[in-house]
Amino acid sequence: MNSAYAVTAVALVALATVLVGAFGLRISRTTSDFYVASRTVGPRLNAAAISGEYLSAASFLGIAGLVLVQGPDMLWYPVGYTAGYLVLLLFVAAPLRRSGAYTLPDFAEARLASHAVRRLAGGLVVGVGWLYLLPQLQGAGLTLTVLTGAPDWLGGVIVAVVVTVIVAAGGMRSITFVQAFQYWLKLTALLVPALFLVLAWQSDGAPSHAFDEPAAFREQRVVRVDDTVDLRLAEPLTVTVDGTVDGRAHDGTDVSLPAGTHRIDGGTRLTFAEGTAVPSAGRGADDALSPSRAESREERPLYATYGLILATFFGTMGLPHVVVRFYTSPHGVAARRTTVAVLGLIGAWYLLPPVYGALGRLYAPDLTLTGHADAAVLLLPGRMIGGTGGDLLGALVAGGAFAAFLSTASGLTMAVAGVLTQDVLPSRGVRHFRLGTVFAMAVPLAASVLVGGLPVADAVGLAFAVSASSFCPLLVLGIWWRRLTPPGAAAGMLVGGGSAFLAVAATMAGYPGAGPWHALLAWPALWSVPLGFLTMILVSLATPGRVPPGTAAVLARFHLPEELRTEVSA
Amino acid sequence: MPQDPMERRVVVTGPPRRTRRASGYYRPRTEIDEQTTLGHTYVRSLMRTQLRAGLTVFAVLVLLVGPLPLVFAAAPDAGLEWAVLGFGLYPPLVLLARWYVRRAERNERDFVRLVEDR
Repeated sequence: MNSAYAVTAVALVALATVLVGAFGLRISRTTSDFYVASRTVGPRLNAAAISGEYLSAASFLGIAGLVLVQGPDMLWYPVGYTAGYLVLLLFVAAPLRRSGAYTLPDFAEARLASHAVRRLAGGLVVGVGWLYLLPQLQGAGLTLTVLTGAPDWLGGVIVAVVVTVIVAAGGMRSITFVQAFQYWLKLTALLVPALFLVLAWQSDGAPSHAFDEPAAFREQRVVRVDDTVDLRLAEPLTVTVDGTVDGRAHDGTDVSLPAGTHRIDGGTRLTFAEGTAVPSAGRGADDALSPSRAESREERPLYATYGLILATFFGTMGLPHVVVRFYTSPHGVAARRTTVAVLGLIGAWYLLPPVYGALGRLYAPDLTLTGHADAAVLLLPGRMIGGTGGDLLGALVAGGAFAAFLSTASGLTMAVAGVLTQDVLPSRGVRHFRLGTVFAMAVPLAASVLVGGLPVADAVGLAFAVSASSFCPLLVLGIWWRRLTPPGAAAGMLVGGGSAFLAVAATMAGYPGAGPWHALLAWPALWSVPLGFLTMILVSLATPGRVPPGTAAVLARFHLPEELRTEVSA
Repeated sequence: MPQDPMERRVVVTGPPRRTRRASGYYRPRTEIDEQTTLGHTYVRSLMRTQLRAGLTVFAVLVLLVGPLPLVFAAAPDAGLEWAVLGFGLYPPLVLLARWYVRRAERNERDFVRLVEDR
């Protein structure tokens, strides 16, 4: 691919983002503007902003890459990301807006009148936010590396700098415009190339074996394995090897590999014959955005699918950057309508990544072995169309991918900085918010540069699992159950979120190896979400004396329509 | 328009109505504002209807999505899985959301009408 076009596109997106942010800055005058855009963002603008913020690197590149490598089971990710908003709408949206709080810690304090619970929630918000920022920065690095061969860390640094400048300068008002702009940019950047790719696929005779399992090579293809990878073969495979397989060096000879696991050293070139099934790569392939590289298709039990569904359905409501945006709605009814619009917008957008995944299985199945499956979306235009047209479409996709990193990263930074400013740094002024912004971005940036090659890939899935087992019980029980007590809330968040975090951390460290325990720990949501709820309920029931005295009034505020409440205060 | 007969009638009938309401047992707005036990009962009833609406839609969602992984595991038809997960599930999600919002807003309107005694 011609990297000049791509670099231009990425630069244009960064520039346009700063310009739109500056436009917002001109109307961002008061402190209220700064934090919540003065709560005047209407459903349409806010819905585009929420969607723009939500469609992250994992959605833009990761889903297509996962579908390419692991097949249609992975389509549960976009379904879960979307359905999470339905669950949020049903139980949280309007009362959350009516609570009048700005962040999750604000909510915890308003509901439970407890500083300890507030601090605990704040810590979890910062932790989840950082976990989610890390893959955004790494994805930016991967994109720039694939496109231009730039060093890994450069993309992350660019995203970090642009985001810090926008957020610190303009706050929520300018971010709202930036996010809304980036939703439409991301839609265009996937839709236009997708149309051309589908046309190219049709003129190619519309081959339909993309849906076959497993994917197969359509023609003889030479694959260069960049990083050492373990190949899992379900059937014996004959392949021409130029390099090292299983510790034995070959020099362009045909090798028959029996079924089982084989280690391919980095730098090896494999030539696959036409019609060969694409073998699956195990640990070692560096799919940086994959939320679940801990397992491959074969050892993916039904249980894991349900764990994924539960984590995404219940985790969305607790993501810090999602929650903050609800406070910018003018009232509870608008918050509900905004959520419906969001469902429509992201649902429409999620129709596109599967197209790339399916075409990737046809035209770029070798990406599963090279360790750049996440780059499928970026590389397909060049592979299928080629020439200047392919370069231009590839540049459009690259620009969209950068928009994805920028928008999600800025929303997360906004949320983390809000918590840091209110709960960690001493005074609450705009100047301190800017300091908080720098701090909010510096930590994940340092982590992404330091741990560059380590498996931080599960960070997105981990963020969802932790959020689903800590914030989801807090929000749902806090809004609907009047007997919730501060000790109960604290215990539930600690036990649910803590166990989810430990389970995934143990998996990433490679602790249980394989078998049922592995799946149980890699997909903790199925037991950690009920555990969080149960702990919160049982501890609350055990401490009935600690129900905050103002609970009834607080719940009335959460649920009464605004037209009743404004007259009350008047 | 002071010569309008309607206008005059309002002035005449206003005061008696107000005294009747103030002396009555039944003034939900005040009960809620002053956080009496009766007021809490009103808020509780609103919460119950809203929670029922949410749980109804949630149950539909569970019935819709819950069996799917089992179906895909039982009948490994890749084409079906692509169609359902890639396209088929999004329209029902949006329709469920719209249905819920309409019902939740109607619940709130009914509640306002009740407590304002209109």
